[in-house]
Amino acid sequence: MNSTWPLWEIFIRSQHGLAHRHVGSLHAPDAAMAINNARDVYTRRNEGVSIWVMKSADITASSPDDKAALFDPANNKVYRHPTFFPMPEDVKGL
Amino acid sequence: MYAQMVDTGARVAPGELDEQEQRFQARIDEGIRVEPQDWMPERYRKTLIRQISQHAHSEIVGQLPEGNWITRAPSLKRKSILLAKVQDEAGHGLYLYSAAETLGVSRDQLVDELHSGKAKYSSIFNYPTLTWADVGTIGWLVDGAAIMNQVPLCRCSYGPYSRAMIRVCKEEAFHMRQGYDLLISLCKGTPEQKQMAQDALNRWWWPSLMMFGPPDAESVHSQQSQAWKIKLFTNDELRQKFVDQTVPQAEYLGLTIPDPKLQWNAERGHHDFGEIDWDEFYNVVKGNGPCNRERLATRKKAWDDGEWFREALVAHADKRAAQ
Repeated sequence: MNSTWPLWEIFIRSQHGLAHRHVGSLHAPDAAMAINNARDVYTRRNEGVSIWVMKSADITASSPDDKAALFDPANNKVYRHPTFFPMPEDVKGL
Repeated sequence: MYAQMVDTGARVAPGELDEQEQRFQARIDEGIRVEPQDWMPERYRKTLIRQISQHAHSEIVGQLPEGNWITRAPSLKRKSILLAKVQDEAGHGLYLYSAAETLGVSRDQLVDELHSGKAKYSSIFNYPTLTWADVGTIGWLVDGAAIMNQVPLCRCSYGPYSRAMIRVCKEEAFHMRQGYDLLISLCKGTPEQKQMAQDALNRWWWPSLMMFGPPDAESVHSQQSQAWKIKLFTNDELRQKFVDQTVPQAEYLGLTIPDPKLQWNAERGHHDFGEIDWDEFYNVVKGNGPCNRERLATRKKAWDDGEWFREALVAHADKRAAQ
């Protein structure tokens, strides 16, 4: 039974110059097999030039309950966006 | 390749939802996706496990009727295409099992439930593939019906399921087209080849319409699934859409759909079609279709025959880890 096979999170870089992106997860007995399996499951149509695998158990995630504490402080800081500042229309290059 | 008659558990009237569940429903109504770590009602979680796992099992068992023809494909080109398609079905099963696992169920549990007969898979895969034309017809009709159901599911309320569906839909378009392309070849071939395609359509037409599940009036769980946005259209709506889409495709091939009552209804703006034999459908769902026993036996044999290999991989990984 594969209950002893850990779950791996799979990250694929679609092109050179782009970041690896999370695409899904799969079970595999070790990292090498995880890469082999990821190749078959997630890159059958030239989706990638590089694969990262990482044990799901090694990921620490923020809790949905902490959403307010973590993300609310960014909500009331609109001045962090350039659109906050009205610029004179006749001045160029801003 | 998808779920039919998914049980949503005991019905709870909207007025009887507790406060937490009302908030959950409000988020769904707003179109906010549910993610694995979010709170969700137990009924939603269980229903989704049933739906996604049934869908996954359908992809896995769905490899068998077509896999049957890999060694007998008429050319290297068709063989390569069929291999790629069957490999995709395995991939689709894996995306979906992963999505189901985010709901707190283990892969082993899901596989056990398929093998013990507790979990269902789509009724359509319990029909035999008697000729090469069946391979084309499955791509055209069965994958066509699956796309019809799966495209809306890309917008369903559960994040991991919707993301899996987006990947699946991209690949299903290839499945449908290769099937139609295969049938174009047969229909442009000898009279015997065209007859083979007609015979396949005759056998697959009604089972394909059954894929959408029982009529809305008998579909007891639809309402709850629609409220949760894990079902976006009713069985009859999708079935009608499928018929309307397929009729001109059959005409192009010069094939006749085996339904004397099929005709365009200008008033409704849709095709009318004949009565579906629901006794046949329920009989297949109960396990008495032409291939139910064979399909499960093949699955179990593949699983059991692979056990030594799975064990060897673990032994190798353990040995490496110890070094």
